[in-house]
Amino acid sequence: MSAIVLLVLGLAGMAAGYFLYSRFIAAKIYRLDPEFTTPAHEYEDGVDFVPTNRFILWGHHFTSVAGAAPIVGPAIAVIWGWLPAFLWVVLGTVFFAGVHDAGAIWASVRNKAKSVGALTGDVVGARARSIFMIVIFLVLLMVNAVFAVVIAGLMMNFSSAVVPVWGAILVALVIGQLIYRRILSLPLVSILGVIALYALIFIGPSVPIQMPAEVGGLSGNAVWILILFGYAAIASMLPVWMLLQPRDYINGLQLFIGLIVLYGAIVLLNPSVVAPMVNDDLPAGTPSMLPLLFVTIACGAISGFHGLVSSGTTSKQLNKETDARFVGYFGAVGEGMLALAAILAATAGFASFADWQAVYTAFGAGGVNAFVEGGAYMIHNGLGLPEATAATLLTVMAALFAGTTMDTGLRLQRYIFQEWGAIYHQKWMTRNVPATLLAVGSCLLLAFGAGGADGTGGMIIWPLFGTTNQLLAGLTLLVVTVMLVRLRRPMWYTLAPLCFLLVMTIAALLIQLRTFFNEGNYFLLFVDIVVLIAAILVAMECASALKRSRADMARQE
Amino acid sequence: MNDDRDKPHDPRLERIRAWLSQARFFAEEMYSARYRGAIARARRDEDGLFMLLVFSEMMGVPNPAAYYTLELQPLLLERFHEWHRRMGMERSPLDHFRCC
Repeated sequence: MSAIVLLVLGLAGMAAGYFLYSRFIAAKIYRLDPEFTTPAHEYEDGVDFVPTNRFILWGHHFTSVAGAAPIVGPAIAVIWGWLPAFLWVVLGTVFFAGVHDAGAIWASVRNKAKSVGALTGDVVGARARSIFMIVIFLVLLMVNAVFAVVIAGLMMNFSSAVVPVWGAILVALVIGQLIYRRILSLPLVSILGVIALYALIFIGPSVPIQMPAEVGGLSGNAVWILILFGYAAIASMLPVWMLLQPRDYINGLQLFIGLIVLYGAIVLLNPSVVAPMVNDDLPAGTPSMLPLLFVTIACGAISGFHGLVSSGTTSKQLNKETDARFVGYFGAVGEGMLALAAILAATAGFASFADWQAVYTAFGAGGVNAFVEGGAYMIHNGLGLPEATAATLLTVMAALFAGTTMDTGLRLQRYIFQEWGAIYHQKWMTRNVPATLLAVGSCLLLAFGAGGADGTGGMIIWPLFGTTNQLLAGLTLLVVTVMLVRLRRPMWYTLAPLCFLLVMTIAALLIQLRTFFNEGNYFLLFVDIVVLIAAILVAMECASALKRSRADMARQE
Repeated sequence: MNDDRDKPHDPRLERIRAWLSQARFFAEEMYSARYRGAIARARRDEDGLFMLLVFSEMMGVPNPAAYYTLELQPLLLERFHEWHRRMGMERSPLDHFRCC
């Protein structure tokens, strides 16, 4: 199978989704109205509510939602063969993610740009809102723990990337100062920043820094995890202009350059996909594809995290309601394209099937390392870049994404702790440092509690992260569906994905429950039970809210 | 500096210039749009503290720098109304200092 054929098929599928299906959804289901006064105009304040050009808004939306997750998920899931992952990414993007993301923007715009959390309270009920808060907290907890493990693994495996990754943070700090103090203009700074970043990537392979396998009784991996959380804790407390803003900007540029380089390499090299279409020879211990595939690939197919971005910031800046289609749906398509590139790198970036099999020795063993190795192989052979440089480039890309998500996640978790502190009158908890320490502590507990003291087992929670993320998506879809029912519009376009997600999520949780029990991993068993309870509560909320709304509608008739 | 108006217009140059300014606009929006809110809020917090310093003496909070901040009061008068509203006071807290 030629990778270009797969690429063209995938892109064509997503293009058809955007040009045909999203047009139908926008016109017939959400009925987006160009004349509707969006909150950005109604409450324009120059701070939160600012009507923004749709291309810029799309850029922000896309770079906020695209991170390491659409790389890690698909790269793990190709262990079942390329076809299931490919189909779920393409169909998921078209029928699930696009509808979900655009729907979240629409629901928020029609309700004074409230966040999905607040909307759950208004539309579904106060109980659902509490579940929502718990699910968000769990998602953040898992995402931070998992990404720390992912970056630590990258730092251990690709020592050439250590200097560029940490150097990029220095570059971002310098850029932040240059812009904030108006020393240089932004276009000049962008060019200098990109040059500095790529210079770092080029010198990376000649100055590798390898963490020893053991440091003072801790494994090297564990030391990296501790360093990363130390960094994220500090970064999450700095003012945003100092690090977060410039680093997001460089990451955005990185994302576009990385995507162009990867797609360019695939087109020039046209490698053949060495991984099997459906893998019959699964390594021992690999869970069943159904339902695990649908929680292993969350971002890239459908992700609840997008709903938070859609309703949190994007909806406050939407210039016209009809832009929701471009920003929301096409944002999901952009993420699907990243996931597609990850699938191709992890299936076609190997010389032979045996090489591929040597990487995918166990469930969760491939992951982001397979993406980096496969992608580097393609860039090396397609564009002629040295393989070490190409691997450094992709490692930096993945590590920077994961790092950004980590400190944003810690910041959000700190807000949740501070809110709890305010609700329960714990004054100490409302302060920045104790709240951040609580957030870091809970993440560390999960990162080490999941897989022992060396921290390498953290990837076991990846599917759990997926399930929690899908639950969040389910809650957002529920809000949209209830709104549609109240407006007497067809509800199946959002209800069908919702039901599918809930069934797959609960099934995956039950299967994992058994696995954790058999392995004697009682810590994760406990986490799994918590998520399972949340999932069942969400399912019951769905049933009761829909029944209630339909009864209300019937009474009115 | 040379005066541009004297030069003959080169349409191609004009086009490039227009394109560059467009690119600059996009880059700047790309940089700032996402964090505009967070930064404006941080700035507002600092402004809030500054307002408190300037008007503290009038609210019975002793301020050793009152002598110096007094002359700032007329300058900040315009922002006073917005500030006390943001601080959760519907009406001006000062008897002799009415704004609404």
